[in-house]
Amino acid sequence: MSLLEKLDAAAAARKAQLPEGIGAFGIPIEESYSATEARIGKRRVLMLGTNNYLGLSFAPECREAAHQAIDQEGTGTTGSRMANGNYYGHRALEREFAEFYKYRECIVFTTGYQANLGTISGLVGAGDIVLIDGDAHASIYDGCILSGADIIRFRHNDPADLEKRLRRLGDRSRNTLIIIEGIYSMLGDQAPLAEIVQIKNTYQSTLLLDEAHSLGVLGETGQGLVEKTGMNDEIDFITGTFSKSLCGIGGFCVSNHPQLDQLRYVSHPYIFTASPSPATIASTRAALKLLQEGRLLRKCLWQNAHRLYSSLEKSGYRLGPQPGPIVAILLDNPRQALTLWNGLMEHDIYVNLVLPPAAPEGKSLVRCSINAAHTTEQIDQVCDVFSKLHPIVA
Amino acid sequence: MSEVTQEQITALLCQRLANFTEIETEVSPETNLITHLAIDSVKLLNLVMEIEDQFDISVPLNTLVDVLTVQDLANLIYKIKSLSQ
Repeated sequence: MSLLEKLDAAAAARKAQLPEGIGAFGIPIEESYSATEARIGKRRVLMLGTNNYLGLSFAPECREAAHQAIDQEGTGTTGSRMANGNYYGHRALEREFAEFYKYRECIVFTTGYQANLGTISGLVGAGDIVLIDGDAHASIYDGCILSGADIIRFRHNDPADLEKRLRRLGDRSRNTLIIIEGIYSMLGDQAPLAEIVQIKNTYQSTLLLDEAHSLGVLGETGQGLVEKTGMNDEIDFITGTFSKSLCGIGGFCVSNHPQLDQLRYVSHPYIFTASPSPATIASTRAALKLLQEGRLLRKCLWQNAHRLYSSLEKSGYRLGPQPGPIVAILLDNPRQALTLWNGLMEHDIYVNLVLPPAAPEGKSLVRCSINAAHTTEQIDQVCDVFSKLHPIVA
Repeated sequence: MSEVTQEQITALLCQRLANFTEIETEVSPETNLITHLAIDSVKLLNLVMEIEDQFDISVPLNTLVDVLTVQDLANLIYKIKSLSQ
């Protein structure tokens, strides 16, 4: 089969899953009206499929900071941090992230994907081992592949399974990087962090926690699962993204290990990428302040999440394991998920459609993301539509 | 598990794989995991975890790049198992 024939085969498989005319993936957003509403085609829709957990995408403080940065520093840095792209703002944001987590070091990356790619491939290499949760994000898998280390999976959120696999490694467990996430992006469940920390200490391994979906969402000041569980002194490396609660684009890694700084000289995803634009850095710095002060936003977010989760549960839907800003509805097959997704769109509600093999265990999902800016009326409107559509999946 | 032969591993894999795929087909050592059994990447990763537990070994995912057939997989498991004993 030629290179192009392979792409044709992949396109045919995709078309078999999604009939012509139903563009659930890469849907064009024509206009964004606010943190909760947008126009798709001719429809004004309620956005329940974004990662805008704190609803900060239109925050005046962030917009003003971005405008000022463009006026003062231009639209782009045109180079990597190692060359001409290492501005005051990049270094200031690194200091602010380190202070926020009370960790010694921070590196800012150009995307959240690259934060995992760059951190993992810089930390481990041939002869080392990465032990990753079975539901880990693609950026974690890709970072592991780039590193050249041996990649082993453990069963999702299963500390006993992790321990079993560490025990098999014998002395090699000391050269093992365990990688988990604060909140998992597909089912919205949280890692059993305290138990995993205990195991990593027993086997003298190293732990990386990705707080991509939990930053701003968990903990008193929004640090994530690390803060919620009081494990700040136990985590070796924390990565995260600016593209969710912080409504920008970029990523970070913080650590108390001084060696983190050395990644700047060995990590290709850091070295060979243009640095984030001044506007992105400025809006992220402003958003980080709002996130730390955002107790009320977190309260609204969690009220909305519980309201939607309990209503869908009452309506009879099968849901992800625990309430949270990601509420996943589990369907029997892709056809059923597509029908529900389409029904929601016809009622002007946009959610994410996730089909195999993107979702864990070959599941088909309709995935809702809750936002602190959603009003109670908007959440109730969504609940009513879901209730009306339940016969589709009954 | 005590010492296991390559043939035993192959036979066990054929048996397990028959349950792992939705396609009704006889699984032989020459069967291609992707083109014959239509095992997608996620199913293959889950199968690897089962194999690890069955034989009490670690099978790094990066060692699977050359695995196309049931026999390839059996050879890999046998090699890892032999080295671990």
